[in-house]
Amino acid sequence: MNIQPKDFEFISELIRKESAIVLESGKEYLVESRLSPIASEEGFDSLEQLVTALRGNKKFGLKGKVVEALTTNETSFYRDIEPFEMMRTQLIPELLEMRKAEKALTVWCGAASTGQELYSLAMMIREHFPELLSWKLTILGTDLSKEVLDKAKEGKYSQVEINRGLPAQLLIKYFEKQGTEWQLKKDVRDMIEYRELNLIKPWIGVPQSDIVLLRNVLIYFDAEVKKEILGKVRRVLRPDGFLFLGAAETTLNLDENYARRTSGRGSCYTIKKD
Amino acid sequence: MKAMIVDDSGATRFILSKMMSELGYDVVQAKDGQDAFDKLGDNKDCTIALVDWNMPVMNGYDLVCKVRAENEYNDIKIMMVTTETEMTQVVKAIEAGANEYIMKPFTKEMILDKMKLLGVPFEE
Repeated sequence: MNIQPKDFEFISELIRKESAIVLESGKEYLVESRLSPIASEEGFDSLEQLVTALRGNKKFGLKGKVVEALTTNETSFYRDIEPFEMMRTQLIPELLEMRKAEKALTVWCGAASTGQELYSLAMMIREHFPELLSWKLTILGTDLSKEVLDKAKEGKYSQVEINRGLPAQLLIKYFEKQGTEWQLKKDVRDMIEYRELNLIKPWIGVPQSDIVLLRNVLIYFDAEVKKEILGKVRRVLRPDGFLFLGAAETTLNLDENYARRTSGRGSCYTIKKD
Repeated sequence: MKAMIVDDSGATRFILSKMMSELGYDVVQAKDGQDAFDKLGDNKDCTIALVDWNMPVMNGYDLVCKVRAENEYNDIKIMMVTTETEMTQVVKAIEAGANEYIMKPFTKEMILDKMKLLGVPFEE
């Protein structure tokens, strides 16, 4: 289904208002591919009809479905291996030392999507840092979309998702086959708490965190919103904690209070000391 | 860099060969496990072998067992690329010495993700 320029404009404005995500001209293909299945499901013959229903606010729940469809992040197990390698070889060993008195560690992922990123971390902890399982370990995943969080909680993945970046050894150890899908074992699923949170609304219940994962999220926002989010991260990131952004994202020219730390091809950010 | 593609389907060999060439590899093709084992003698410098399971003459599982019985091929990474999707088969292949496992259908991204996990080189 094709989208008309005036309808694309309406959808862009709707998404900007609801999530602050910017859908620039050129993203028509994304709108068409994500909204066409919804239009069919809802019985519309075209995206024009779907947008007309949205404009008239005629169909209950339609707006939520459209926003969810356009704000879902692509994700996969161990996506871009470098941040995980940096956590495994440097940051978690450092945190184990720094937090050995309190024996507490908190990780927050602000765009948890369908859960692969946090489950990758959970499996890494079980493999390499089993001592953390006896600590007060809090791993919180939040996302704008209830639908993706429901999937994350279930921890059930298709063959295509399993094929993306998950080491076979971990598949064997931590998954069970359920029909044509693969589900993470309960003890791994139970390590993570998932909750709805819109990054442009108040951050209620986000804990003081040792590691904040906000990878491939800022790219969707304009500069002002990026600045606002990075400022809010500084309030939830512990002074000696670590922030991960996506490979194409930076704090540069947005928030000068962060210092970049690199290791091989991986990098993260810390809050500058005065 | 050299990769061996082992699959009885000419179409699959063609697709995988194209993908691996794009990642900077010279490709050696084999149509079954025995053909692959015979060709390995002249291609001991292979970095990685992508191996189907179900093939005539010698299947992929038997090839993995045979290759892993020879110390001179210890450095070759083996990735199964197969329609076998049961956990028992994944376990069997990994226990026999395969390093990674992909269930068909596959994409270039899947192959590349696994190559990154194995730490084998590639050109982007």
